[in-house]
Amino acid sequence: MDYFNAFWVGGLICALVQILLDKTKLMPGRVMVLLVCTGSILGAVGIYQPLIDFAGAGASVPLLGFGNTLWKGLKEAIDTDGFIGLFTGGFTACAAGVSAALIFSYLASWVFKPKMKE
Amino acid sequence: MNNQKQQEQQKKYANYVKNITPTHSLPLNMAKAFLTGGLICVLGQIITNFAKAQGLDQDMAGTWCSVTLVLISVLLTGFNIYPKIGKFGGAGSLVPITGFANSVAAPAIEYKAEGQVFGIGCKIFTIAGPVILYGIMSSWAAGVIYYLLKIMGVIS
Repeated sequence: MDYFNAFWVGGLICALVQILLDKTKLMPGRVMVLLVCTGSILGAVGIYQPLIDFAGAGASVPLLGFGNTLWKGLKEAIDTDGFIGLFTGGFTACAAGVSAALIFSYLASWVFKPKMKE
Repeated sequence: MNNQKQQEQQKKYANYVKNITPTHSLPLNMAKAFLTGGLICVLGQIITNFAKAQGLDQDMAGTWCSVTLVLISVLLTGFNIYPKIGKFGGAGSLVPITGFANSVAAPAIEYKAEGQVFGIGCKIFTIAGPVILYGIMSSWAAGVIYYLLKIMGVIS
């Protein structure tokens, strides 16, 4: 059942963003920025966590979930450390994803050769 | 007479533009995005469930899921497979965290020739930079509001 919910919620988010891409000609980079910001706002107003509880990876794998993770880390840091948590929570929360992307990509730049565009 | 000729030419040109502009149907693109994005999320769920079966809690399983998906995406980018998925899936390949990883790995590989610092070092953040900056800023802004409401005792 959790696979089914992950599939249709994750798919639906992507299909909705496809409308945005086709109708507005927004560049992919802008769309990603928009998704992460939207995710952290949706997380802050308390909408996103219920969606993750329902859809699991269907809500956490899209970049909206990345934004929500940033917010969650920030909130936890504020709850435990107070004011200074505003400056520690965000990067703590996204550490694994961002580090993995940077480290693997850097290693990949050594292993792989640039490909010609087809 | 001259005017008429001009109009005819314009009409011809408009037709020509219409002919060579690739037409894409939105419903079809949406279906492809749905399928691609859905499958990537299912893969994420499989990894998460596997991690949970190893005794990890929800948060740690989610972290494992992100790191594994990022690794898969970087490898697929290196083997030039991810661009093909992107061509088919559109937003379905862009929206998941794999799309983010692709946008980090692709310039890192592409700009290797321009050097370690100004090639890979700068270009690796072409998309990741804005995403991280505005992600941090938006969650920070929400955090400031949360912090103020908290010290004012509006929320506990």
